Amino acid sequence: MAGKIIKVSGPLVVARSLENPMMYEVVKVGEIGLFGEIIGINGDEASIQVYEQTEGVGPGEPVVNTGNQLSVELGPGLIKQIYDGIQRPLDIISNKYGSFIARGISEPPISYETKWYFTATARPGEKLRGGQRLGYVEETEIVRHWVMVPPNLSGELLDISSGTYTVKDTIGMLKDSFDEKHILRLAHKWPVRQGRPFKRKINPTIPLITGQRVLDTFFPLAKGGSACIPGPFGSGKTVVQHQLAKWADAEIIVYVGCGERGNEMTDVLIEFPELKDPKSGRPLMERTILIANTSNMPVAAREASVFTGITLAEYYRDMGYNVALMADSTSRWAEAMREISGRLEEMPGEEGYPAYLASRISEFYERAGLVIPFGSDEEASLSVIGAVSPPGGDLSDPVVQATLREVRVFWGLDAKLAYARHFPAINWLSSYSLYSDLMNNFYNKEVSELWLKNRQTALRILQEESELEEIVRLVGIDALSPKDRLTLEIARSIKEDFLHQNAFHEVDTYTSLKKQFLMLESILLFFELAMEAIASDVPLDLILEQDVREEIARMKYHPEEEIDKIKAVQNSIRNAFDEIKTRRASA
Amino acid sequence: MIKEYKSATGLEGPLMIVEGIEGIKYGELTDVELQDGSIRRGQVLETSEKRALVQLFESSQGISTSLATVRFLGRGMTTSLTREMLGRIFNGVGDPIDDTGEIIPEKHMDINGSPINPYSRNFPSEFIQTGVSAIDGLLTLVRGQKLPIFSGSGLPHAQLAAQIARQSKTLGKAEEFAVVFAAMGITFEEANFFIDDLRKTGAIERSILYINLANDPVIERIAIPRVALTAAEYLAFELDMHVLVILTDMTNYCEALREISAARKEVPGRRGYPGYMYTDLSMLYERAGRIKGKSGSITQFPILTMPEDDKTHPIPDLTGYITEGQVFLGRDIHRKGILPPINVLPSLSRLMQKGIGEGKTREDHADVANQLFAAYAKGVESRELAVVLGEAALTPIDRIYVKFAEQFEQKFINQGFEENRSIDETLNLGWKLLTILPRTELKRIRNEYIDRYLGEKN
Ligand SMILES: Nc1ncnc2c1ncn2[C@@H]1O[C@H](COP(=O)(O)OP(=O)(O)OP(=O)(O)O)[C@@H](O)[C@H]1O
Ligand SMILES: [Mg+2]
Repeated sequence: MAGKIIKVSGPLVVARSLENPMMYEVVKVGEIGLFGEIIGINGDEASIQVYEQTEGVGPGEPVVNTGNQLSVELGPGLIKQIYDGIQRPLDIISNKYGSFIARGISEPPISYETKWYFTATARPGEKLRGGQRLGYVEETEIVRHWVMVPPNLSGELLDISSGTYTVKDTIGMLKDSFDEKHILRLAHKWPVRQGRPFKRKINPTIPLITGQRVLDTFFPLAKGGSACIPGPFGSGKTVVQHQLAKWADAEIIVYVGCGERGNEMTDVLIEFPELKDPKSGRPLMERTILIANTSNMPVAAREASVFTGITLAEYYRDMGYNVALMADSTSRWAEAMREISGRLEEMPGEEGYPAYLASRISEFYERAGLVIPFGSDEEASLSVIGAVSPPGGDLSDPVVQATLREVRVFWGLDAKLAYARHFPAINWLSSYSLYSDLMNNFYNKEVSELWLKNRQTALRILQEESELEEIVRLVGIDALSPKDRLTLEIARSIKEDFLHQNAFHEVDTYTSLKKQFLMLESILLFFELAMEAIASDVPLDLILEQDVREEIARMKYHPEEEIDKIKAVQNSIRNAFDEIKTRRASA
Repeated sequence: MIKEYKSATGLEGPLMIVEGIEGIKYGELTDVELQDGSIRRGQVLETSEKRALVQLFESSQGISTSLATVRFLGRGMTTSLTREMLGRIFNGVGDPIDDTGEIIPEKHMDINGSPINPYSRNFPSEFIQTGVSAIDGLLTLVRGQKLPIFSGSGLPHAQLAAQIARQSKTLGKAEEFAVVFAAMGITFEEANFFIDDLRKTGAIERSILYINLANDPVIERIAIPRVALTAAEYLAFELDMHVLVILTDMTNYCEALREISAARKEVPGRRGYPGYMYTDLSMLYERAGRIKGKSGSITQFPILTMPEDDKTHPIPDLTGYITEGQVFLGRDIHRKGILPPINVLPSLSRLMQKGIGEGKTREDHADVANQLFAAYAKGVESRELAVVLGEAALTPIDRIYVKFAEQFEQKFINQGFEENRSIDETLNLGWKLLTILPRTELKRIRNEYIDRYLGEKN
């Protein structure tokens, strides 16, 4: 028997007499059957957050249990998709129901008709546990989709066979230890609020390479690590997230647009099929899943969207992939929690956020990690990057503070840098990465033993600059020694010629580690030789007049194929200083 | 189905409680009939088995709970629409207030609209030439964008908005355009200024005006932007027009929102504004854009005055988090007599990249804009230093940048409200200003463009 609505207040509905309601159970609300989820039970009354607008729904209408928790459907066909916060396919909804989102629609998240060729790799008779591989489907040109035993099943494989199937067809049979038989399919369901299991977690030691110089060189994120990007509006959070989605060397990207602009999702949808993955040469869309619950879409579904996203990400991690998830913006997610909590009349904590804000945030970031999945012995990772949008850019905001306790990389965006169009506007003094030293081995082996040393030198110069700037502000530039003035000039060069990176410039948008290293090395070479020159009384102005400085400024625009040109810059630098020396010697 | 009750039991500010009701839906439109037969409109904000909370869209003045008849209309709030509304003036709930009589609607649409499916959107990328150098050159506007003006009390945002409405055009084609103007709590003079300006240019024939003045009921400001945007959607997506929507002043809208929240005794968020203000505002601002398969568009120009010129105040802050950039007006630059007093550094147009470049504006546009920004930022910084320490403390290059900043303000930004510059004029002016700097400083511009555009002129 169905329950009955007794109250409607925006996205919150209260119903009476539901049959055995469970926490987080999905229910159908009202005559039109809106999607809802039970988020509180009190005696005979259940509080329900509704994922669609509740206009036109009222007391007396029915509420029907489904017996299921809020879940996603996992199987081939997820890649290239765009979903709303509860995994409804927005492309199909658009084609079928028009440009404006209607209510009460339910469409399968992955096609039930598409046929996939499945190659079995497991054999009948094998004992398998949840997460182990049954076989694969070629989902896109670059993604081999491993079909796994659903995590909560294990037992003896009775039957499995290669062939062409839809996600609804039976591909095999498994018998559990109670002799109960379970049908195996290409797809299975998993509740979004529950992390998927894995064998074990290990410490991240390999960088997630992003091609963004300030990130890779100064504040690197590890594969399996977590990072946050807080900043005021317009400071560049979304552009950074888009850059990561484009260029990060992950095999799968899950991009969650949570309570942000519609056009930003459209942008990704239009651009990603056109852009090529630098590694595979295939369109970026072939490794991407989008979740779009924009700011004007129902707020309860916004709350669910990050969980939907991270569950899809975990699923591909379980196949053995390096997955990266971007959530833009986690503040909108937190605000959705606040709004629902307020309607539930819960006791408000700081800034009206519910008391459980911090624990929800940590539950979310805890799902990141470098792990050994059940399906293979190789490492797989889920890296999580969350944007945070604090009011007025104020970092004392509870969402920022709770996030900082969880993540190990902090990319602090600075309005002042953004106003000066220094992008990415990541503040080099306040940002940090706790991974950088852990990844030393990787840099030594893959790039150069000088990687960390150069990084430290550059950061030191920038630190000195900020102290010198203080002095200049008090007493003027004349008070500085030539050495100090040189430091200022080099700091400026690091900022403009290295850190500044235009996301919209066809070459500048991505820089390999090798090129990053050479660029910074060139600037530091100039610094070193200039310091020597000053020590032997060469006037600073003469040093600063060198044409080679323009070559330094143009290094970023040399395409990866012409990386030798940067080595040539280093020769020019040496020549320039040699010439100064000889000229002065002969004078 | 219409249900009628005489059981209003409470009235507090814009909220009314009706008891002993049955089967009332959330969001249902409500007519409250007063003893004199006049009608006030409202909407159900919360409904339970025997009790409904109604939010009035019109003043509650003169309503008596014991005498009022409350009618629940069994549907949400809609507005009447027809092409004939162009050239007409309406109040906050969409009733005509000019003396041309009733309209005969062709259609009724729910004023809350529905979210545009992000998959169905078309990315805005068509350059709109406003004729204002600071905007066209550095903060380029495209069709379907939502670009607010962040102003302060006493600054000439109305003149700038009128200039934009008057001069805006896309290059090349002549297409049907319309203006939807929604005034929320502004003064009679300011409203009149807009109406006169539209009249002067004949644009009034292509405009729909919704007017709620400072002395009109505050609560009507909740409905007015929704009604206006519904009309805009009708013009854009059913009649294929390019619609420019001017919403002024969003600060007054937000205050009305705060008033309702306070009356509901909700836990207040920052500075007393409700915690859901972000979501509420986004339901308005996101109603801008382009849709696949439809030729019309909605471009939004919300205007807001920042209380105490504070951009971290929740109204500008949340707006900036939703809109696709912002045009800041600055009091300092206004004091210098620069008109329009656009403070370009904190201003931004996020859709600019897609609207400029070869075939749209000019190949060098992006680089020139980046360079002008960077150079002006440096000039302003050096100027501030000079104020503290005196000119003597600056390096020679700093001094050049200060000069650049001065010239940039005087020549590039300061064009008044009448001059209408083409994008070519704007970019050429930019290059001319850049000649003040040594060529080696032009790091943001590709060499080939420097050769092509700077070479020519030097
Ligand atoms: N790396 C970059 N290169 C060039 N331009 C950039 C870069 N990063 C940011 N920008 C500029 O800054 C603008 C704002 O960036 P973005 O939209 O990412 O801000 P945001 O922090 O996400 O703001 P909000 O919180 O309002 O969403 C962009 O539209 C772009 O013009
Ligand atoms: Mg953003």
